[in-house]
Amino acid sequence: MYKYMAKRLLLMIPTLFGAAVLIFLLLRLIPGDVCELRLAGTGNYVDQEAIDICRENLGMNDAKIVQFFDFIYGFVTFNFGESMWTGKAITYEIGLRFQLSLQVAIMATFVAVIIAIPLGAISALKQNTWVDYVVRTFSIAGIAMPSFWLGILIILGLLIYSQAWFGEAWMPPIEYVSPLEDLGQNMLQLIWPAVATGYRYSAVATRMTRSALLEVLREDYIRTARAKGLMEKLVINRHALKNSMLPVVTIIGIEFAFLMGGLVVTEQVFNLNGLGKLFVESVLNSDYTMTQALVMLVVAIFVLTNFVIDLFYAWLDPRIRYS
Amino acid sequence: MTMVSEVQVEAEVEELNPDVPLLQAMLQLIKRQPLGAAGLAVVILMILMAVFANFLSPYDPEANSLEHMLVEPSWIFPMGTDQFGRDVLTRIIYGARTALYVGFTAATVGSFLGLLLGVASAYFGGRFDLIMQRVMDVFMAFPLIIIALAVVATLGTGTTNVIIAITIPFVPQCARVVRSSALAIREIPYVDAARSLGFGHSRIILRHMMPNVMAPFLIMFTSFLGQAILLEASLSYLGMGVQEPTPAWGLMLQGGAEEYAESAPWVAIWPGVAISLAVFGFNLFGDALRDVLDPKLRSR
Repeated sequence: MYKYMAKRLLLMIPTLFGAAVLIFLLLRLIPGDVCELRLAGTGNYVDQEAIDICRENLGMNDAKIVQFFDFIYGFVTFNFGESMWTGKAITYEIGLRFQLSLQVAIMATFVAVIIAIPLGAISALKQNTWVDYVVRTFSIAGIAMPSFWLGILIILGLLIYSQAWFGEAWMPPIEYVSPLEDLGQNMLQLIWPAVATGYRYSAVATRMTRSALLEVLREDYIRTARAKGLMEKLVINRHALKNSMLPVVTIIGIEFAFLMGGLVVTEQVFNLNGLGKLFVESVLNSDYTMTQALVMLVVAIFVLTNFVIDLFYAWLDPRIRYS
Repeated sequence: MTMVSEVQVEAEVEELNPDVPLLQAMLQLIKRQPLGAAGLAVVILMILMAVFANFLSPYDPEANSLEHMLVEPSWIFPMGTDQFGRDVLTRIIYGARTALYVGFTAATVGSFLGLLLGVASAYFGGRFDLIMQRVMDVFMAFPLIIIALAVVATLGTGTTNVIIAITIPFVPQCARVVRSSALAIREIPYVDAARSLGFGHSRIILRHMMPNVMAPFLIMFTSFLGQAILLEASLSYLGMGVQEPTPAWGLMLQGGAEEYAESAPWVAIWPGVAISLAVFGFNLFGDALRDVLDPKLRSR
């Protein structure tokens, strides 16, 4: 087991290294660098000297390979340096937004699980009836609807209904409040983006629950359970559902990992200052250091989540033994 | 392994049976796969809309008109007009062209490259396979939208670059799925037989292995169509996709949708309906296709 864990952890290194190479190269291909954008972005005339000094200060005149190893060295020693655009420490900038993105991701996952498991189970139990068709249509609609449009609709709905019922238009608060400070205010703001993304992400999990449960319901031990006269409720809850959760857990875990970096569009609609928005801004500003740090963070979360899911497997299903 | 190939053959025979007249075949489809048939209907409607856009709408999708800014839906403008005085319905009809163009190109190129890489990776195995897999791992560790954004930032916005940005993350996804099927096929004796007959690598890959991984390939392809349309809409919505004045659904939601959401909700609602319906149609159709082609799920 420990040998397996060590091997898996070592296998993360090439993935992370590849991601580092990929993002490093992509960023260097983007026309215009941060100095040009920062100094000449306003359209004013700037002399070449100022740009050169700026580049020198940011270490952009070093050979590419030196820059690359600086980046890798910084990553390995957890010293990410400063954002090229704002000049503030990257850990500070990310720290500001990490909490928000993490909270939305957790809440959205929660929403997805609440929707997916009961609906998927009902759909499987009532296979090929109208209930099944309604659930399947509902879940495919979840994948089809762009989350930003769902977001717009939610905001529109809130506006219209609050206008009709309370006489004044209500919008979710724009300022982010930590849940530790004021849980109510925090929820009022983040529940909507969580619902918009959660519904979308529930779709895949619903279908996975359905097909996994259908597969398990054909197993011999389900027939045995029924044959010995066990209540249907117990057959489903204790035997079928529990055993069908393995693939569902995978899907939910992978989606959670993607949510951390993939909230770009939702954050735009709800005007949330999260990691996704920071990513778009730093790409547009050619902020090399910040973009690199963000990408490495997202990839690291993804790889680690996958690792945790695998370990979780062994815990969920005692038959799985890694060696 | 033999079981898999047997069922696939059966599926093909059913698909290609030429004696069934078209109408009867369609009725059969509706009866057996009602959701899939509905999806297919949406897809066909969308294609017709794109092809006959010029005849369907009397307006120019790109011309601004100051007199008709944000006009409410009426008989003249069934879905109202946007903040530049352009008919929303016209832009949705022409937007189908952009969506289909981006969707089909990205899905076709992405899935074909994935097919080629996936089969080659399984066929050659060894170090080639190992390196390919590590490269795929790297790409798969990025959320789709992040790769797409990075590529658009590098190449610049515009329709062609958007297609490239969407295609790149598709390749490893398809390659991964195709590889796992191709690994099974590689073990079937006819591949060894072909090799012992002295056929070259490319012939074995192209003529003998590729046709046998068509089922997962087609499933990936149809799911890419919907994903590509959605991804294009997301990029355009972020302002990093298709650019004005090209009619594109995501772009229609970008400019005025939020600003005028309260005063002119039609600007925000209809393009979203179009995106959702299109993706919905492709997904329903893809699902039905999966049911027919995937032997493991067939008996259900």
